[in-house]
Amino acid sequence: MIELNPFIIFIAAIFTNNMIFSYFLGMCSFISVSNEIPTSLGLGQAVTFVLTFTTMLNYIIYHNILVPLNLEYLRFIVFIVSIAAFVQLVEMIIERYFSNLYYTLGIFLPLITVNCAILGVSLFMVIRNYTFLQSVGYAVGSGLGWTLAIVAMAGAKQRIKNNKLPKGLEGPGITLIITGLMALAFVGFSGIVQIQ
Amino acid sequence: MTGDSTKKIFNKGIWEDNPIVRQIIGICSALAVTNLMLNSLIMGLALTFVTAFSELTVSLIRKYIPKHIRMMVQVLIISVYVIIVDLFLKGYYPEMSRALGPYVGLIITNCIIMGRCEGYAQNNPPFNSFLDGIASGIGYTIILLAISFVRELLGFGTIFGFQVLSDWWTNWTIMVMPPSAFFILGVIVWWARSRYEKEERERRKATS
Repeated sequence: MIELNPFIIFIAAIFTNNMIFSYFLGMCSFISVSNEIPTSLGLGQAVTFVLTFTTMLNYIIYHNILVPLNLEYLRFIVFIVSIAAFVQLVEMIIERYFSNLYYTLGIFLPLITVNCAILGVSLFMVIRNYTFLQSVGYAVGSGLGWTLAIVAMAGAKQRIKNNKLPKGLEGPGITLIITGLMALAFVGFSGIVQIQ
Repeated sequence: MTGDSTKKIFNKGIWEDNPIVRQIIGICSALAVTNLMLNSLIMGLALTFVTAFSELTVSLIRKYIPKHIRMMVQVLIISVYVIIVDLFLKGYYPEMSRALGPYVGLIITNCIIMGRCEGYAQNNPPFNSFLDGIASGIGYTIILLAISFVRELLGFGTIFGFQVLSDWWTNWTIMVMPPSAFFILGVIVWWARSRYEKEERERRKATS
């Protein structure tokens, strides 16, 4: 495997290997929460924050505890527990100090635990044998890429809010179609950098 | 035994409350494996297995779990079954395991399982919960297969790896790329929701 600069991974994670447009991760909250730009932005920030720190945490746990003990197959349980614990912690902090944000994001915070993007980044990190810095670059980039996608989606949805649509296409249907179009646009970035 | 009849459970899981088109959950890991039908089938089977057994376990111990830690317990139960699936695939089908990559592990965060454990298994007897898991899993698998059927046929000209369209067919590169999955799922959701709408209208007409 070629050693990639963490910054290249960071850029690739935003544009060419976007969590939503090329890996379909974090779709559940992407579809249900992308109605208003401020809310989406808040959720995006929360995801980026949680993603960055859980990936670092999981990297340390995986390489310092699980690998020496030959317990790699336990990584699913360990990762999900550390993510859940971290989200719980963040929830308490936000509730205590940022009550405004808590009222808009309160119900979504538990959802972050089951946001596939977060576990997904940790698993990709293991599969691709990233070093610590590469993992951090990948995590921050993935979080920002996810935020970019959800904010863009919220903007597009606000535009079409008052337009007439076929009954069955309203809501998730049109969201998926728009996502498809955006993904198509993001394919255009694929010339910049490519990570595997 | 109390609870819903088997037929009702299956009808609900596969059509009325189909996890993907009706509730739009669980598509995180659904779309990524739909480029080939075989991958979709294995993914569907894995998810059905995990959902059914997690619901069974949750339902069996539902009276002994304190309410406020039940989410954590459910996640742990689900992870155990996912690890079983992962080790099984690694041991017997290493190639499939490599092709699915991280998506096997991502079954843990598949909202369908959590949703069914929380919404159904928590209040229903074990046997019904087990069936409910199978039904939801089948509903999920059918949608996956539908998407991958279109993608594999148009993208590679094959079905389950067998050549169906011969040389005159030009493969559509876009079907291999991610955007096509969104379009196809969007169209499926559109079709299914129109059907629901129609059924609803007919039911209302029948009662009034």
